[in-house]
Amino acid sequence: MNLLRRWLPDRRWGVIAPPFLWLSLFFVIPFALVFKISLSEMAIAQPPYVPLLEYLDGVLNVRLNFGNYTWLFDDPLYADAYLSSLGIAAWSTVICLAIGYPMAYAISKMRGSLQNLCLLLVVLPSWTSLLIRVYAWMGILKNDGIINNVLLAVGLIAEPLRLLNTTGAVYVGIVYAYLPFMVLPLYANLTRMDPRLLEAAADLGARPLTRFLRITLPLSVGGVIAGSMLVFIPAVGEFVVPELLGGNEATMIGKVLWGEFFANRDWPVASAVATLMLLVLILPILLFHRYQSRELEVAR
Amino acid sequence: MRIRIRRWLIAVATLGVSLLAHAEGELNVYNWNNYIAADTIARFEAETGIHVTYDVFDSNEVLEGKLLAGRTGYDVVVPTSNFMARQIQAGIYLPLDKARLTHYGDLDPVLMADLAVVDPGNTYGVPYMEGTEGLGINRAMIIERLGEDAPLDSWDLVFKLENLARLDCGVAFLDSPVDMWSPVLNYLGKDPNSTNPSDYQGEALALMKSLKPYVTYFHSSKYIDDLATGEICVAVGYSGDVAQAMLAAEEAGNGVEVDYVIPKEGSLRFVDMFAIPKDARHVVEAHRFIDFMTRPDIAAANTNAIWYANPVPAATPMVSEAIRNDPSIYPPEAVVKKLWVARVMPPKLDRVMNRAWTEVKSGR
Repeated sequence: MNLLRRWLPDRRWGVIAPPFLWLSLFFVIPFALVFKISLSEMAIAQPPYVPLLEYLDGVLNVRLNFGNYTWLFDDPLYADAYLSSLGIAAWSTVICLAIGYPMAYAISKMRGSLQNLCLLLVVLPSWTSLLIRVYAWMGILKNDGIINNVLLAVGLIAEPLRLLNTTGAVYVGIVYAYLPFMVLPLYANLTRMDPRLLEAAADLGARPLTRFLRITLPLSVGGVIAGSMLVFIPAVGEFVVPELLGGNEATMIGKVLWGEFFANRDWPVASAVATLMLLVLILPILLFHRYQSRELEVAR
Repeated sequence: MRIRIRRWLIAVATLGVSLLAHAEGELNVYNWNNYIAADTIARFEAETGIHVTYDVFDSNEVLEGKLLAGRTGYDVVVPTSNFMARQIQAGIYLPLDKARLTHYGDLDPVLMADLAVVDPGNTYGVPYMEGTEGLGINRAMIIERLGEDAPLDSWDLVFKLENLARLDCGVAFLDSPVDMWSPVLNYLGKDPNSTNPSDYQGEALALMKSLKPYVTYFHSSKYIDDLATGEICVAVGYSGDVAQAMLAAEEAGNGVEVDYVIPKEGSLRFVDMFAIPKDARHVVEAHRFIDFMTRPDIAAANTNAIWYANPVPAATPMVSEAIRNDPSIYPPEAVVKKLWVARVMPPKLDRVMNRAWTEVKSGR
């Protein structure tokens, strides 16, 4: 029995392996492929780039082209697009938080059956495709759409307002699409909170606002950070919403990426844009990770 | 260069079906959305016993992205000729076996000679349909703003600042670098297929940037609905798509009347081509399909449904009179002379063109 155990891998590997495999299969390997293409050169071929490794006359040639990266720094378009994406994602996160926190707080205070109903209502829209929901927003925001028709009928405006194809519409779309990702972690966090803490504070004479600011809010920081990351990180690379609802004022990096890949059919530059986007995102992800592991330590 | 994102939905739905089938007597076709008569596929299946999986795409860029990645599983694809030219250079197509194409001789010889410029010897492609780029207009709304002598038959309508600035009824431009730079260069008296990078930076760029504030949006498909509902009054668009807007407005009975004009200065003409990817698994079936689609009665039925002109002269008498006598669909000789075809551009120039286009749209 002892002998057998020595030859079998440590049981802990069984626990570590699945997430590790998951990460390699769906992150490390695809990213390595993208990174590889980003060091190549565009070609009219299938696939449309020059192979990185070439085996010629018994010599293995490796050609690395860093020109794609210097290109991204030469043209202000890319820096502008990264910055505007980060800005839009950051503001969307703030708006999601402003709407999502009160929602999550209210839901966490409801009684059982109502709570379940409200949670269902938060999740329900994601049962339809995001694309269809964004199209619904086009119907709401367009000149001949619901909002303009109501305002015109009421007589508040004489001419339809331009709502669609604006940066404002992009905010509406992103906040709408990602709000559940803010509400759910916050809700999970807020319901876990020990009500005795609030009772004790009340017994000691703290008023509701003080109790919220000194107990609920500090204890829910974990949920705020988790929700914010779940909104911010995918919002930076968002493509569908700016493509369908956005105008021409703010170019988001997702659209630039699409243009490089399809319009310029320059896979190497597109891959460089994607790689750089990951680097831009890695800082907040690392911060999040550090916070999370600290939380776990504290919980232990 | 046509982009029609809304039809992704259909594409996604049909993709699911395509994953299921892969037996003999199968054929996987990848065509533009709304680009075939409703019963054509059923007729082909009934006549040949070949089961067809029919998918649609919405832009040449999407098609090309898939083709260059390889192993699409499609046996017949329909790129536009200028895109096809580059795809031929990338070596992704199978030379057609013309002995299998019994209606090959029926194809318009003038067009075939034109196409030989992008497809030497007509080795890889057979034309399916042709159309033009032009102006989709709402006469009443424009005349209300510009007066009776509005230049409705000229690029002046949208490329002359004093006209465009007064069109506050909504103007749509295509979001496609090639399809916009080409008529702009022609309008400025330059070669619409110029390979000189400075042509895309000087006068043309300045003109487009000055027009931009008065363009309601840049998009390649939204204008179909918006013309039909009167949301916009002018669109730079594609002939068949504007025709769809015309029909939609008629059906809605909302009092909106849409017309299509090919501007008198000339415009871009495009031809969509059937081709067989090199890695196609049903080559024989693919040839039968292309042959079927170029049969005069089938070509005529398709034209009657989609309002694009087919390259089979023998089909013309079977095309409905309204379409065949419509100078915007079957342009007369004098107009055809002023049309041009987009040539394939060197990759560096594509980038220049696209970058200049981004500058027009974003101001950067």
